[in-house]
Amino acid sequence: MTVVGKTGLSPRFRRNRLLLTVVLAIYFVYTFMPIWYVITASTKTNPDLFTSFGLWFASDFHLWQNLSDLFTIQNGIFRNWLWNTFYYAVISAVGSALFATLAGYAFAKYDFVGKKFVFALVLGAVMIPQTALVIPIFLLLSKVGLLNTPWAVILPQLVFPPGVFLMRAYVDEAISSELIEAGRMDGAGEFHIFSSLAFRLLMPGFTTVLILAFVASWNNYFLPLVVLNSTEHFPVTVGLAQWYASAVSGSGGQLLFTVVMAGALVSILPVIIAFLIMQRFWQGGLGAGGVKA
Amino acid sequence: MTDTAISAATLGGRPRRRVLINKSIAPYLFLLPFLLFFVVFLIIPLLYAFDLSVYRSALVGGVRFVWFDNYKRAFTDPNFWSGVLTLFKFGLLQIPIMLILALFFAMVLDSGIAYGKAFFRISFFIPYAVPAVIATLLWGYMYGPAYGPFAQLATSLGLHKPDFFNDVTIVPSIANIATWEYMGYNMIIYFAALQAIPTDLEEASLMDGASAFTYALKIKLPMIVPTIIVTIIFSIIGSLQLFSEPYLLVNLARNVINSHFTPNLYAYTLAFIGQQYNYSAAISFVLGGVVAVVSYVFMLAANRRVNQ
Repeated sequence: MTVVGKTGLSPRFRRNRLLLTVVLAIYFVYTFMPIWYVITASTKTNPDLFTSFGLWFASDFHLWQNLSDLFTIQNGIFRNWLWNTFYYAVISAVGSALFATLAGYAFAKYDFVGKKFVFALVLGAVMIPQTALVIPIFLLLSKVGLLNTPWAVILPQLVFPPGVFLMRAYVDEAISSELIEAGRMDGAGEFHIFSSLAFRLLMPGFTTVLILAFVASWNNYFLPLVVLNSTEHFPVTVGLAQWYASAVSGSGGQLLFTVVMAGALVSILPVIIAFLIMQRFWQGGLGAGGVKA
Repeated sequence: MTDTAISAATLGGRPRRRVLINKSIAPYLFLLPFLLFFVVFLIIPLLYAFDLSVYRSALVGGVRFVWFDNYKRAFTDPNFWSGVLTLFKFGLLQIPIMLILALFFAMVLDSGIAYGKAFFRISFFIPYAVPAVIATLLWGYMYGPAYGPFAQLATSLGLHKPDFFNDVTIVPSIANIATWEYMGYNMIIYFAALQAIPTDLEEASLMDGASAFTYALKIKLPMIVPTIIVTIIFSIIGSLQLFSEPYLLVNLARNVINSHFTPNLYAYTLAFIGQQYNYSAAISFVLGGVVAVVSYVFMLAANRRVNQ
């Protein structure tokens, strides 16, 4: 068969293959350009950023100095921001993926009163504008004294409705009703069936939801912007945006454009690397649900 | 009835009755953790926001129940509708470009014609890992008139510097950031849907590049229409929520991005600069209504087309 395929390569096929590869390569240049820009910009001194060409290095290689500035200005607050981003995302992702798996299992494998109504509510939740939710959350949290604490970011992020749709679809595919019935015949309780039989089979789906929820939390900006006001609690997104605003307005003192770029580089590299390592999980999961995170 | 039959019935009956009780409450127990947080951090805030939206607080007279006055005000507020208009311009420009690119690349990668399939698939998805805030920072730098590579190139060629931040260019400038971020995400969804279609490998391998692509267009594309509809709806919902990109670009484009550039920006400004929580809540709800109506109208139109 491979022989047939090889001999079947007409000149026209070769030409089309080359043409399409060139089109893909052009889009690759576009995709990679901002990432290349952040790499070159974080190796420059602030004056060089303005005078040297944006997509190439300047003669003075200033990366180490920028990184050391990044981790020392304002008493090294950037380290806090990285750590906050990380642990907000880990707790939110583990919690919401666990809740979504349990809820998805209930929706897929049981009939119960109110099932349709509750699922419709969860679906409809996707359409709610973030301001309609985050502003009242801000007011309610301030009433219970949780404003400006890590909980103000973590607790609302434990609700991840897309995870529920994804897990419902995944449970439908991965677990047969016969398996659950067999567990019941053996006298196993419902929770025992879930924890010892089903959950193991649901691991790939669970991992996908975990990754999507982690990314959603890592990217979140509006919620932490509204509910936090001490810089020590900020995640990277809110912190860097604030530095950027003061660098533009010139009020930041030692806050240079190049340090902001170094911060951007440091905060995106780990996620990009993690994405490359874990690609089989997110690729499988996005296909299974076809649901936006 | 023999003894054995009786004992079998009682043996089978006992655990079954226990399971039956368990089975009826089990789904509620499985749902409980999710539902608890769903109610506390979604339903209650929404109800609270609705409650806010039917009151008005004034310096004189305090908080007062005003029925739907805030909604009436929102419906005739030019600031709100200019924001909605901006979103329509943005959505009508950005969604088709992004999704057509995503579909095209997914089909190219799925048909297996081009070189480096795995490499391109992963590279195009990478921007999704970059938070929208940081993507906006990066593009904001690149758009810059002093240190942006586009302005530098134009200057060195003796051309006028491109202005990415005037009334005409600001929407395309933001649309470009959103396309950069989410094209690959949609591409992966289409790619997975295309891969799930069983194909006759031999037939495909005998085709030349052009007819393989026609095959994908005529046979495979219609099969992933449901997936395409879902991505369009999610893109519409996402577009109407636009906030972070314009909020950050304000620093560079003060003349064109005002406090009501998008409805979410307007609601944010009303609440946190103006302390008008009541009116802000009403604006959010009207925006939610716009999102629901636009999604619903699109779904109706799409269903009609599909059924024909």
